[in-house]
Amino acid sequence: MAQSNNSIKKILTVAFALCIVCSVIVSTAAVALRPMQQLNVELDRKTNILRVANLYERGIDVEAAFAEITPRVVDMRSGEYTDQFDAATFDHFQAARDPATGRTLSGDRDIAGLTRVENFATVYLVGDPENPEQIILPIRGQGLWGLMRGYMAIEGDGNTIVGITYYEHSETPGLGAEVNNPRWQAQWEGKQIFADEESVTPAIRVARGAGTGEHQVDGLSGATLTSNGVTNMLQFWLSPEGFGEYLARFRAGVDPDEVQEADVELEAEA
Amino acid sequence: MSSVSPKGVLTTPIFNNNPIALQVLGICSALAVTTSMSVSLVMTLAVIFVTAFSNLFVSLIRQHIPSSIRIIVQMTIIASLVIVVDQVLKAFAYEMSKQLSVFVGLIITNCIVMGRAEGFAMQNPPGLSFLDGIGNGLGYGFILMVVGFFRELFGSGSVFGFTVLAPVQDGGWYVPNGLMLLPPSAFFIIGLIIWVLRAVNPEQIEANEFKMKHNTEPKEAV
Repeated sequence: MAQSNNSIKKILTVAFALCIVCSVIVSTAAVALRPMQQLNVELDRKTNILRVANLYERGIDVEAAFAEITPRVVDMRSGEYTDQFDAATFDHFQAARDPATGRTLSGDRDIAGLTRVENFATVYLVGDPENPEQIILPIRGQGLWGLMRGYMAIEGDGNTIVGITYYEHSETPGLGAEVNNPRWQAQWEGKQIFADEESVTPAIRVARGAGTGEHQVDGLSGATLTSNGVTNMLQFWLSPEGFGEYLARFRAGVDPDEVQEADVELEAEA
Repeated sequence: MSSVSPKGVLTTPIFNNNPIALQVLGICSALAVTTSMSVSLVMTLAVIFVTAFSNLFVSLIRQHIPSSIRIIVQMTIIASLVIVVDQVLKAFAYEMSKQLSVFVGLIITNCIVMGRAEGFAMQNPPGLSFLDGIGNGLGYGFILMVVGFFRELFGSGSVFGFTVLAPVQDGGWYVPNGLMLLPPSAFFIIGLIIWVLRAVNPEQIEANEFKMKHNTEPKEAV
C-alpha cells in the first residue's frame, strides 16, 4: 500500500484532487455567504456612524436610528453640497479611482498615504441638515499594517470633536488596535481641531506619551506608528485638501474665500 | 493512551487526556479568546466542528494519502474547514467574528486539530475519528469555558453577559480585576486547572526530567 501510495503519479493525483475539492468547497461557501456578509458589513458601518455620534445604545434598531441621520455628498474642492451623486450609494473608493471624480496626490502632499483621493465625499448630518448638531466625516489613511477607515464626528461649530472610531483596520491587537478602545476614544470628546478661529491647518494631533491641551490626545503606548497614522489622516482630511473648505462653512470667523486662497497657495507650492 | 472505543474516544479527552491540561496544546488561543464566555463558546463550537470534520475527512482518505505529503494534505483539509467556519461566522455572527478576529483563522495552526488528524485519524476508521474529534474539541472547550467563566466573572462581573457582581462603574460594589481581562490571567487559571486535575489523577504527573542534583542546592553567592 505504502509503495503504490508514494508513486509520483499517486502523489500528484491525490494532491490535485484534494485541491479541486477543497477549493470548490471554500469558494462555494465564500460566494453563497457573500450577500449576508455584505449586509452585516453595511449594518456595522451604520452602527459605527451612530456610535461615533454617541447615538448608539445596545439593542437599538440601527436602521431606524440611522434614518434620523441625513447623508449628503460634499464637493471637497468648494465645500458645497452636490446632488451629482446619490448619497446612499456613493462609493468613495470608486470615486477616488475615477479620473473624473478623483485626483492623484503627489508625494509630499500625500501625508495619509492614500495615493489617490476623491473630490467628493459623503458626510452624515445629525439633526437639522441646514444647521446640524453634528457632522460626521469619513476619514481614512495608512496605519502601521494597512489602511484604516473610520469616522470622526464634529459638533455643529465645525471645530469641536465629538468622537472618532474605526470600522476597518488591521492594526496589531492589543497595541494599534486600541484605537477602538472606548477609553482612548473618550479622550477625543471636546478636543478642538483648529488652533484659532482663522487657522485652516488642523492643530489636532495624537501626542507622544501624554497629550496636553485641547489639541492633543494621548498616544497609544507601543503603537507609535498607528498613532502617527491617526495624526496624519486627520491632518490630511481636516485640511483644505480634505474637508477644510466644508468645515469653514460652519466655523465662525473663517471667511470661506480665505480658505480657498490658502488652498490655492498649497497647490502653487506643490 | 486513550481507549479505542466510541465512548472512550469521546470522554477521555475531557478529563483524563485533556488536550490543554495534559498535552498542553492549543494554549495560545485559550489565552486570547477567553475574556468572555460567549466568545469562548463560539470558539469552542468552531474548534469542535473543525477537529471533528478534519478527523473525519482525513480518516476517510487515509488509505490514499501518500505519506510524503500527508501533513500538507491534512493542512489543506483543516484550512478549508477553517475558512468555511470563518465565512459562516462573518455571515451569521458578525459581531462575534469581529471579536474573535484572527483567532478563527488561527484554528488552522491549533496543534490539537493537527495532532488529532496525524495522531488518531490516520490510523483509525472514520466514525471513531469523528467522535475523537468531537471529544478533543469538547476537552478544549471544557477548559475554555472554565477559564472564560472565571475571567468574565472576576474581570467584568458577569457571566454570559449577564451581570452577577455589579461592577463599580455601573454603580455596584464590585471592583473588576483588570488583570483577569489580560492574557496572563488565563495562564494562572490554566495552571491551576492542571494542578487540580493532576491532584485528582496522580498518574497524570509527568516524571521529572530535570531533577536538581544534590550538590547544586541553592546557597549564598560568594
